[in-house]
Parts: sequence; C-alpha cells; structure tokens
Amino acid sequence: MPSLNMVQAVNGTLRDEMRRNGNMVLLGEDIGRNGGVFRATEGLLDEFGPERVVDTPLSEDGIIGMAIGMALYGLQPVAEIQFLDFIYPAFNQIVSDLAKFRYRSGGQYPVRMVVRTPYGGGIKGGLYHSQSTEAYFTHTPGLVVLTPSNPYDAKGLLVSAMRSPDPVIFLEPKRLYRTIKQEVPAEDYSIPIGKASLVQEGDNVTLITWGPMVQTCREAVALAGRENIRVELIDLRSLLPFDLETILASVEKTGRVVIAHEAAKISGFGGEISAQISERAMDSLRAPILRVAGYDTPFPYALEKVYLPSPERILRSIRKAYNY
Amino acid sequence: MYRYMLMVRRFNERMLLLQRQGRIAFFTESNGEEACQIGGAWPLNRGDWVYQSYRDAGMCLVRGVTLKALVDQLMGNADDPNKGRQMGAHWGYKESNMVSLASPVGTHIVQAVGTAYAAKFKKDKTVCFTTFGDGATSQGEFHSALNFAGVFKVPVVFFCENNQYAISLPFRRQTASENVAIKAEAYGFEGVLVDGNDVLAVYKATKAAVDKARSGGGPTLIEAVTYRMAGHSSSDDPNRYRSPEETEHWKARDPIKRFRAYMTKKGLLTEQEDRAMQEKVENEIVTVIKESEKVPQPPVTSMFTDVYAEIPWYLKEESDELTREGS
Ligand SMILES: Cc1ncc(C[n+]2csc(CCOP(=O)(O)OP(=O)(O)O)c2C)c(N)n1
Repeated sequence: MPSLNMVQAVNGTLRDEMRRNGNMVLLGEDIGRNGGVFRATEGLLDEFGPERVVDTPLSEDGIIGMAIGMALYGLQPVAEIQFLDFIYPAFNQIVSDLAKFRYRSGGQYPVRMVVRTPYGGGIKGGLYHSQSTEAYFTHTPGLVVLTPSNPYDAKGLLVSAMRSPDPVIFLEPKRLYRTIKQEVPAEDYSIPIGKASLVQEGDNVTLITWGPMVQTCREAVALAGRENIRVELIDLRSLLPFDLETILASVEKTGRVVIAHEAAKISGFGGEISAQISERAMDSLRAPILRVAGYDTPFPYALEKVYLPSPERILRSIRKAYNY
Repeated sequence: MYRYMLMVRRFNERMLLLQRQGRIAFFTESNGEEACQIGGAWPLNRGDWVYQSYRDAGMCLVRGVTLKALVDQLMGNADDPNKGRQMGAHWGYKESNMVSLASPVGTHIVQAVGTAYAAKFKKDKTVCFTTFGDGATSQGEFHSALNFAGVFKVPVVFFCENNQYAISLPFRRQTASENVAIKAEAYGFEGVLVDGNDVLAVYKATKAAVDKARSGGGPTLIEAVTYRMAGHSSSDDPNRYRSPEETEHWKARDPIKRFRAYMTKKGLLTEQEDRAMQEKVENEIVTVIKESEKVPQPPVTSMFTDVYAEIPWYLKEESDELTREGS
C-alpha cells in the first residue's frame, strides 16, 4: 500500500476517476501546466490533455459558471478554486445557481459537480489565504460540504464527492496537505457522505471537530489523557449533511461536549452542532456545550499562532467541561 | 413567425390582466420586443440550448413550450414542470432545452459558455444561445462569459436584447460604450448590431451567428436594439422615469405593425386572415388559462424534494413534522 500525503492522495484520486470516467473534466487557475499552486493536479494535463484539464482565465465566477454549464450538458467537472478566500467572486454562482438548479427547476436540471478548494490557516497566509468559512456553505440548502482531515479520508471522500448526484464543496485543509503521510490503498474505495469518523473512543468528554483542527484536537486529547480525562474525538468529515447519530450516541455516553473549529466563533458551524445537541440531548448533558474557535476578528497575519486554537486552549475547555 | 409574434403580444396582455386581477402574482412583459423573441429563437435547432432570461416567453413558444406550461409556471401550480418553485416568468423547460433561470441578473450568461464548451467537447453540433438585457452587460458574469468564450472559442451566441432600460435606468447610464455590440471586439470576436424591431433582420443576424457557431467559427455577440413598450414588470410604473413622447416614438416602430405591413404589401397576409389569426390565438390563450386555473397547487411535502437527489435525514424530519402538525 503506498504511503501518501494529502496532496498526493487528491492527485491520485482525481487521476483514477479521470481514467474511469471520460466525462470528468478539471478546470481552474494554473491547474494544467503548473499542476496547481499546491500541485494537486500535477501530471494530469500530460495524461488527459488540455480539453480535460482546463487552465482558465483568472475569474472565479467564470470557473464556477462555466463548470455549471458543463455539468448541465453532461460533463462532470471538478473545479478548483485556488484558495477558499478567493471563492467570493463565484459566491453568486454557487449560492444562486449551483445550489438551487435542481430545486428551482423541479428536478429538471440537477447539477453534478465538485468544487475543490484549499482552506484554513497555518501557512502564514494572512487575511486572504487562511480563512475557514465553511459556514457560508453549510447555510446554503442544496450544497454538500465535505472536509477530510487525512490522506485516507481525502481519497474516500473525494471519490464520494465525484460520484455524488449533488453539488459538493470539497474543503481541503491546506496546512495538512504535506504534514501527514498515511497508507492509502490503491484500489477503489469511498467514504459515505454524512458519516463522521470516531477518531478515538472515550467516555468523559466528547470533542467534535473537522478538517484542519482534527490534528490539533488529537494533541489535546493526548494532553487530556495525561490528566486521566478520556476524550472521545469525532471528526465530522461531512458538515452538510452531518452525522447527528454519531454525535448523539457519544453525548449520551459522556454528557459533556467541546466543539473545536478554526473559523470565527460567532455563527460558526459549531453553533449549529451545539444547537442540535441541546435541542435533542438536553437530558444527557451534564455541562454547558463549549466552543473553542478562531477569534471573531479577521484572520491575523503576525498573530496567526495565537489566533488558531491550540491544543492547550482546547485542553482548557475539555477540563472545564469535565470539571463542571 | 407572424403568428408567434401575435401570440406573444396577446399572451403579454392577457397575463398582465391576470396579474391585475390577482390571479397571478407577477409577470414580465415583452411588448415591443416580439421581433427579438421570435426572430432570435427561430434559427435554432431543436437540440440547441437556450440560457434564457425572464422576458423570453416568446422564445419558449418558438422552442415548443406549450402555452399551458407557461401559464402553469406563472400560476405555480402542480402541473408546472418547475413544481411551482419559482416566481413568475422564471421558466425552465428541459424538453425544449430552455434552461431554468435564476433571478440574479446575468449569472446564466457564463453558464452558457460552459454548455457550449461541453457540446464542443462531445463533438455535438449543439449551439448554445443566451439572452439577456442591456442591464446585464454591467454584471461581472457578462464580462467573464465573453472573455471565456473568446479564449475557448466555443459555439455560443450572446443575444443582448437592448430594450433601452434596466428597470428605470436608461441605456446611456448603463455604459459609456457607444453600443453593446462593440464590446465583443475587446474579447476577440465579432459583435453585430441589428434592428431589434425588424423580425427578418433579427432572424438573419441570428441565423448567421448560429451557423457560424455550429461550423466551428466561435462566438458572436448580437445586440438587437429594441424598446420595452411596457413597464419592467407587473410591479413597475414606467411613467416615473420616461416620457409619453418617447414611448409614442417607439410605438410607431412597433415590430408587429411593421411585419404586418410588410406581409400585407407582399400579399402574404390579408386583413381577414390577420383577424382570424388574432381571434384564434386569443381563444387558445383563454382556453389554456381556464385549464391551468383548475390545477391545484403543488402538494405541501413537495417543498422538501429536489433540494438533493435524495431527501437527507433532517429534511425528512422537517417534512414529517409539517405533515404531522401543519404549518
Ligand atoms: C444581480 C441583480 N441585481 C438587481 C436585480 C433586480 N433587477 C431585476 S431585473 C433588473 C433590470 C435588468 O435589466 P436588463 O438586464 O436590461 O433586462 P430587461 O429587464 O430590460 O429585460 C434589475 C435591476 C436582479 N434581479 N439581480
């Protein structure tokens, strides 16, 4: 089994699916000759040619709009937006058209496509190469929102995304692109949309997270372990739809919940998870649900490390929930 | 052609009346723009795709959409192929390749380029045709669309129905360009200016652009210069921003009158035939309205379908709760 990092896993998965499915096309900025600024599409132009690996002009509404038109005609585009921070010129396309085509046409015009985009902090990218704005998309009915946290999941989720009949926003934590290597089976497999992963079992506190924070949370769980707090770590993987069953089963067991994400706290997706739990599992709760999140500021450059939730910050919330 | 032009005019008048009577909520007329509507859609093949805007009932008719399907959409009833999901005049008819449109102006223009790309990719002979108003040319997607179309040289025809107004804003305030057609030059392909009140001229210009696209010649931007004789929509009062003299000026250039005069002069239409045709069209519309009004509204639980291919668990919950407890 090859040991791959996340970029390699994404690259290989795109390549395999392109081989399997002649209607699959990739489009985006610098994805062809340059192989993408993170190299996720390296080598694909050579294998599949410029009609299937399309270097587009520098225009996000153009990329997403064009991909929608391709998809409606029966191609299966995977669009790359260079950074999530630059998706906003295409926000109208995504929110007004991509998410609503199927619904507004009464099912006549479903759009099957994937938007891949790197997101999150940790690379010293400042305000505009670091943000985690998944909640804009989870607040849009019609979209599926996925985010892997390791190479194995990246492949399995991307396969599901590319075969999904619904439009998928596929958020790739760029800080983990090259930091974790993992065995990734060469054969075809997929991870179902809407299924969380139980990263670690524990019965004292439930820690819920996704994407780039999964690694940080692992460290926090280890720190808590030294204090004999057994934390159950859940990686949602799929934000919309989310796996309420796994969450509730864990909350019933622990009665204490911490949610960690990189995005700003107010109106972050953690608020939604928190609300779902309190609506449905009030009787199981033995402590208030706590959120550890980015601060409610724009994403700072120099103080990035302070802004991003650290294992220690998460640990403090775990303790607080545990000792409540 | 003439019959379709009459049909659109009557349809416009009737639908506005229905709106005034509170039988439909909203409508966008195309009075004065019938030559664009009919002449523009006429050269297209059945398999061609149209990314339309909300003033294109006439194009829908030419493309084989039935009057009933149009009225069903305006009423948002259970027979509407769009399942009553959108406000009036937001048509979408897959069988006729009239793609569903969104309200935000201009988003469809760039999608048309993607479809044209896909058609070329699949080596189909499909042409993609997209319509929009002069106002839409100020949107980013218009620029992106023309830019992409030029770069990828895809079989797309951009059809700007310049009716001089975007709601209240006159064309002169929409752009400092002399006209819309010249904008094509900046993107590396041809722009064509045509008298949008002359149905045969519109037909000819569109036919040439469609043929060119089909034979691999790439995109064309057509600007059909016309005039919106009615308000922007059933909610608009044009007297607030334009003079009756101006409207009179354009009334004299009414595309239907012009085509009628031409046909009569050529001996292709007698007054009697004309009257009979008008009556027939009127009857058809009245009959359809009666039929559509009998159709009930979509079932309540249809609210939750088509958000996704399959209903996710949380929508199932919401749907069940609505069924159980009512709204
Ligand atoms: C992005 C956006 N902004 C504003 C509106 C409100 N609006 C609807 S139609 C319209 C004018 C459009 O004018 P034009 O493109 O010239 O088309 P016409 O109505 O004249 O056919 C406006 C401002 C909208 N639908 N979408």
